[in-house]
Amino acid sequence: MSTAAAPVGPAEAVAAPAPEERKRGWTGYLLLAPAMLWLLVFFIIPMVSLVSTSLYDPSGSLETGYSMTGHIANYVDTLSEYSKQFIRSIIYAGIATLACLLLGYPLAYAIAFKAGRWKNLMLVAVIAPFFTSFLIRTLSWQLILGDQAWVADILRGIGLLGEEGHLMATPLAVVTGITYNFLPFMVLPLYASLEKIDPRLHEAGADLYASPFTTFRKVTVPLSMPGVVAGTLLTFIPAAGDYINAQLLGNPQTTMIGNVIQNLFDGGSYPEAAALSVTLMAAIVVMVLVYINRAGTEELV
Amino acid sequence: MADSDAEDLVLTGVTKKFGTFKAVDDLDLTVPQGSFFALLGPSGCGKTTTLRMVAGLEELTAGAITLGPQDISYLKPYKRPVNTVFQSYALFPHMTIFENVAFGLRRQGKKDVKKQVEDMLELVELAQYGARKPTQLSGGQQQRVALARALINRPQVLLLDEPLGALDLKLRRAMQIELKRIQTEVGITFVHVTHDQEEAMTMADTVAVMNAGLIEQMGEPKELYEHPRTTFVANFLGQSNLIKAKVNGTDGDQIRAEIEGSTLRVPRDRAADDAAVRSGSVWVGIRPEKVFLAAGGTETSDGSNVLRRGRVTDVSFIGVSTQYLVRMPWGQELMVFEQNTGAREDFRVGDEVDLHWLPDHTFLLDADQDATAGVEREDLG
Amino acid sequence: MNGRLGKWVGDHIVLLVGLLVLLYMFMPIFIVVLMSFNDPASKNSYSFDGFTWHNWLNPCEPIGMCDAVTLSIRIGFLATIGATALGTLMAFALVRHRFKGRSVANIFTFLPMASPEIVMGSSLLALFVSAGFAGTLGFWTILIAHIMFCLSFVVVTVKARLAGLDPRLEQAAMDLYANEWQTFWRVTFPLVFPGILAAALLSFSLSFDDFIITNLNSGQEVTFPMYVWGAAQRGIPPQINVIGSVMFFLALFLVISSEVFQRRRARVTA
Repeated sequence: MSTAAAPVGPAEAVAAPAPEERKRGWTGYLLLAPAMLWLLVFFIIPMVSLVSTSLYDPSGSLETGYSMTGHIANYVDTLSEYSKQFIRSIIYAGIATLACLLLGYPLAYAIAFKAGRWKNLMLVAVIAPFFTSFLIRTLSWQLILGDQAWVADILRGIGLLGEEGHLMATPLAVVTGITYNFLPFMVLPLYASLEKIDPRLHEAGADLYASPFTTFRKVTVPLSMPGVVAGTLLTFIPAAGDYINAQLLGNPQTTMIGNVIQNLFDGGSYPEAAALSVTLMAAIVVMVLVYINRAGTEELV
Repeated sequence: MADSDAEDLVLTGVTKKFGTFKAVDDLDLTVPQGSFFALLGPSGCGKTTTLRMVAGLEELTAGAITLGPQDISYLKPYKRPVNTVFQSYALFPHMTIFENVAFGLRRQGKKDVKKQVEDMLELVELAQYGARKPTQLSGGQQQRVALARALINRPQVLLLDEPLGALDLKLRRAMQIELKRIQTEVGITFVHVTHDQEEAMTMADTVAVMNAGLIEQMGEPKELYEHPRTTFVANFLGQSNLIKAKVNGTDGDQIRAEIEGSTLRVPRDRAADDAAVRSGSVWVGIRPEKVFLAAGGTETSDGSNVLRRGRVTDVSFIGVSTQYLVRMPWGQELMVFEQNTGAREDFRVGDEVDLHWLPDHTFLLDADQDATAGVEREDLG
Repeated sequence: MNGRLGKWVGDHIVLLVGLLVLLYMFMPIFIVVLMSFNDPASKNSYSFDGFTWHNWLNPCEPIGMCDAVTLSIRIGFLATIGATALGTLMAFALVRHRFKGRSVANIFTFLPMASPEIVMGSSLLALFVSAGFAGTLGFWTILIAHIMFCLSFVVVTVKARLAGLDPRLEQAAMDLYANEWQTFWRVTFPLVFPGILAAALLSFSLSFDDFIITNLNSGQEVTFPMYVWGAAQRGIPPQINVIGSVMFFLALFLVISSEVFQRRRARVTA
């Protein structure tokens, strides 16, 4: 993608702003202050506020006010009551992430190595669905997966779906929707890391008697790992908290934790909703840390 | 020796540290006005750092830089009458060639730059390219734009940071001649940083060989080549055979050195270091192209230096010359380049040969120095 | 022979699979465009019952929809300005300046991108409620939230552009008699501008499209995604698909024309 002529000579001079080249002084703090302040007041403090809300006495209400009683029981209560939705969220998000990886890898690979002059067009095509509201797009899945639509007809025709079977309002529909909505978050980081791989490495692999599959396994996959890690995180995290797909494409038995939190807020049960939110965030942080540790990469930002 | 009017560039005790690493160490250097000066050295020797300090892009840790009567050590880059041609050129990608070249004049508040810019583009033979963007030019053209962009400001000193490094060999040779022509034409002091010894020798009046933050030796190219004073210079500029020998006396103005029973003679003024001579242990140096081969036992030592009972271990024919590797009885392999004049005898691998050369081509170096210092690795060629 | 055939299949099967995946990604877009011409048999019908121009000719017919679109545009516009300004300054600080607490700044930018929207939305709501603003949720709380979640994306986008900028270009400007101020406006800013523009476009689309965070902090205000959400429960007016199609084609037009413009410029002068 870069068009700048790379220096061919010995790289004695600085190539990128080395840390010692950064300017000292107060300007840095001044530039940083507004954004940091905004994030502090409207992201970090809310998180603290969420934690404290989660410890309020649940018997209060918006009108009468809440009293801070350090009510840890909120966590125990909500977790025992909504553990099913919680686990379901993790499972749905996990399956969708896996599906995104399986669909996204060939696509990213094709764009990086096979698209030739159509590369830019295909990249635009990946982000093009973003151009319109994702709620509207999710709604159109109702139609695609509807009982009268050709997808269901074909599946019935080849016997994959019983005569009375539905696609809409099933776990499958929810996972399909989540996969669809977060696929670009998988494809773009995958593409970014695949694009950096020198195609000559493939030839070198072949030259060293590796079959295409072995080359792929031993050369391409390891080199694209940063993309895989970034992509799975960018997919899994929002997917785990999503409730739109579950609401629009699912049924009462496919409710995810996001639906529960939203409904609790709507019903005014702030402490319980906050407790669930904190639990979700904590679970995600733990999973991400374990995952990054396993995958052995820290190049996330 | 410099007359008082000269706008010489003088570096005094210049030191640059990055953390604990000394990139440039207490450097003293005088570049006479109007000269074409080359700073030559391998990657990381501190030559680019030195150049950047002169340009004002790197701050001195200690020392001073003066240009004529003016101390410029701590001036901002845009306050110095010094311009730079950057490695990989650093042309502004969002401006046309014309605007790139006009940039310096406009920043100095000059109106009516059109004529000057056109003249300058003419000088670098890019007159019809003014409306293009840098990415639409070839490497060689970009290089000339970078040169024009700097020269148009008529700086007192022009700094060139590996300006030809990104060009292929053929273009590089052509640009070397071109640069030399332009320098003679405009008469500005050029300070040229390069790791290419051939480039430095072709273009510069004076070459300073830098290594590990220090200047090893400075002088005219021929002087440096024929009379290296350190093993680093002997190896970095061209190639040298360095043979460990014992000094065992003098004959008038010649020093006698002994190696495995053979006696080699070296003029006293070609010994780099008197102390080394007195200590008795020296490197006897000889350039491979100065050595002649003769069939084993046929050469008599009538005034020339002779080493006998060598055995040819490798022969490479490379057109103008043939390069031999000869293994000596003490195990060392020496290089010999024979010109293919047709008058010389060819040898084959396994032949026994005598090596001989004139004492006047021999040089003596301090045996405490590393004989492999400055040997150019293949991948840097 | 077999090997060559295998290679051909191998070469093209990846491309084919890739195109199928793209088709999957585009299917809903086809439906959106198709349904924008739908003439629904009844209010609750969500299937293609007949073709009509009516929806395109009367886009604002559903009550409140165009107000919601206007509100989303206003918020998107202000959020873009706010987030782009703050984020660009921060990106400059991160790439160009030395300060204590660099890792804290990095965590601050990374965390909002790594948090589920429902968590960010509910924590903001928790803050507003405990600060006593529960009754005044609306335009300003939405705007605050949108600037917050767009910020990180701006920082990352501008930072990438800035980090790819060869510092020698600025050094060359200084060497050619441009002082710090001139160097910034004549060299740095024009070269970083595409990154800032990309960040702004990203911010606008993130803001315009956000539902989960907005829904929790909107009070009585109804943005376009919230309107769509509400309509999904009541019955979807086909005009929603008109808006969706217009958004899609407008964005597509912008992207393609900029691409064509760049290509033509490269070809004309090359």
